[in-house]
Amino acid sequence: MAVNAQGAVGAVPDPLGLAGRAGSAVPIQLLTPEGERVEHPDYPLEVSAGELQALYRDLVLVRRIDFEAIALQRQGELGIWASLLGQEAAQVGSARALSPRDMAFPTYREHGVAWCRGLDPAKLLELFRGVSHGGWDPKAHGLHLYTIVIGCQALHATGYAMGIQRDGAVGEDGEAAIAYFGDGATSQGDVNEAFIWASVTNAPVVFFCQNNQWAISEPLERQSRVPLYQRAYGFGFPGIRVDGNDVLACLAVTRQAMQAAREGQGPTLIEAFTYRMGAHTTTDDPTRYRLAAELESWKLKDPVERVKAYLIRSQLAEKAFFEAIDAEANELGTRLRRSCLEMPDPEPLAIFENVYAGPNALIDAEREQFAAYLDSFVSQEIAR
Amino acid sequence: MTTLTLSRALGEGLRKAMENDPKVLIMGEDVGKLGGVFRVTDGLQKDFGEARVVDTPLAESGIVGTAIGLALRGYRPVCEIQFDGFVYPAFDQIVSQLAHMRLRSLGTVSLPVVIRIPFGGGIGAVEHHSESPEALFAHTPGLRVVACGDPADAYVMIQQAISSDDPVIFFEPKRRYWDKTDVDTAGGLASATPLHKARTLVSGTDVTVLAYGPMVRTCAEAAVAATADGRSLEVIDLRSLAPLDTETIVASVRRTGRCVVVHEAVSSGGLGAEIAARVTEECFYQLEAPVLRVCGYSTPYPPSRIEEHYLPDLDRVLDGVDRTFAY
Repeated sequence: MAVNAQGAVGAVPDPLGLAGRAGSAVPIQLLTPEGERVEHPDYPLEVSAGELQALYRDLVLVRRIDFEAIALQRQGELGIWASLLGQEAAQVGSARALSPRDMAFPTYREHGVAWCRGLDPAKLLELFRGVSHGGWDPKAHGLHLYTIVIGCQALHATGYAMGIQRDGAVGEDGEAAIAYFGDGATSQGDVNEAFIWASVTNAPVVFFCQNNQWAISEPLERQSRVPLYQRAYGFGFPGIRVDGNDVLACLAVTRQAMQAAREGQGPTLIEAFTYRMGAHTTTDDPTRYRLAAELESWKLKDPVERVKAYLIRSQLAEKAFFEAIDAEANELGTRLRRSCLEMPDPEPLAIFENVYAGPNALIDAEREQFAAYLDSFVSQEIAR
Repeated sequence: MTTLTLSRALGEGLRKAMENDPKVLIMGEDVGKLGGVFRVTDGLQKDFGEARVVDTPLAESGIVGTAIGLALRGYRPVCEIQFDGFVYPAFDQIVSQLAHMRLRSLGTVSLPVVIRIPFGGGIGAVEHHSESPEALFAHTPGLRVVACGDPADAYVMIQQAISSDDPVIFFEPKRRYWDKTDVDTAGGLASATPLHKARTLVSGTDVTVLAYGPMVRTCAEAAVAATADGRSLEVIDLRSLAPLDTETIVASVRRTGRCVVVHEAVSSGGLGAEIAARVTEECFYQLEAPVLRVCGYSTPYPPSRIEEHYLPDLDRVLDGVDRTFAY
């Protein structure tokens, strides 16, 4: 199959008419890095000053959560942290396109998505501190648990979407699922299987790939010879490349894809073209594998700064607004820090909780043995 | 009472579960129109439709991964893995996702997924069609692992597995698919042996023989043959491999003083090793001999023309029994 870098598909059979809908290698953009609003014929977006301010607030607060968590890790309070720095717009834009009834399936880096789904960021710290393996109620937030093994959640999202179909919740006022994953995950069998399942079942699911250019140390070239959004066409559904640092474009593109899914038009792959400005996690050292100049060039496309520039340039927000957001961010940071420091460790016997739905003789026996073992120290203390 | 093959009994059990709960789905390769390569799901798609009996794309991780998603949405999927040796592409979804979700969610998420796997050899098959991977799953906390041994029990167990709120790996002895017994399809589950309990198939006094799946019949036959030697074998069908019904096992071995574990799976690191450790711990002063294993050898499964030498049969079971009396 002949596919050129511009995404034009050559003379190949195209029964679904996808070639006509083929995306472009030039990412959809509604807000330039300089903070200039541009229109796109396929993605008209009307946003009020209030909505823009709300998006800006999300971006700033999410970045602040990330900043605080990195600091907490550096101070030994978290075991590890996976930074979202640089990907705020991709996450906030896409997640703000979701309705409360939609279900999002995140990786372990979707702190911005979690924020938009109303999850207390302190819950995220539980996982990275080692207090739990996640531990929120997915139904309560429309946010599935963080998935650490790369790509697994793409299948969970697709299965969930098949459930939506079976519940008759496709159509007007329908529901949809969204699977988040990165560029590295597109090499995983599970992601490719999810594409196949979603395609042949026409499941109401959107695949939101944050192409942050790096899978730890491996550049995109190690994962794909074609632009990632083009992968979708081989599976039989549309793929769209969006400027992942443009919160408005991510919002508009995701909104349209989710609506199409909810209405029964099947899956879409969105490639949010972005950049992981930080390390893969706090254990990583990106200076070993990438040039500082690359980071510098992406700093010019910062997802938060361009919204600020637009707000200022268009006189949509006053100085007081920015000051208030900064103050709120500081408060959030302080609160998050306090939550982390005050977070109790689970009781040792919690090891035995939530393994099975009901009693289990083996686990009960081991719990009893371990409890007696722990008690033996207490009685020794008393004896002394 | 109806006389059914094990394959048919499973199918009837599935049908009953689907009738009782509209959330029960069947998914797998060739389970719909074809009715499964062993015909277990024969006729179900015709009666329940394509939305509830799903012919999936050919990818095992996809089957289990989407089943997890469906379970998150409130469904109770029953996945068929076509053959034992094909389950490994789904291994991550089973051991890292399915098994962990309850713990990961602090108990807020249940994944009532059943994964049916035809297992074991003896059918003259090519490689990857005769394996016994049950220990891999029994070694994974969060999963329940069971194996049915005859049609009557299979009919009950599949329904019990589907009603379990834990994920269940359900092993079916593929060479016994065409065995027939009377099955009580009118009886409810209330009076049935619970899924986690073993059942004493043959009562005896001299040695406890533990088996599951395809070896249940072999051991029952060995018990009959042993009477000619004047030996009384107590044969227990374990049914549940995780959790093990240690209570029933220990009570029996404390009476007989001897224990032989029989399975087709590789002996090393298998269920027999686990049972030997438990029995030794619980029955140390009653044991007259070490717990012995009669198992597949610690080799990959052989080509089918010599599989009869690999598989435990009646004579090898009796040989194992003899060896426990040598102490």
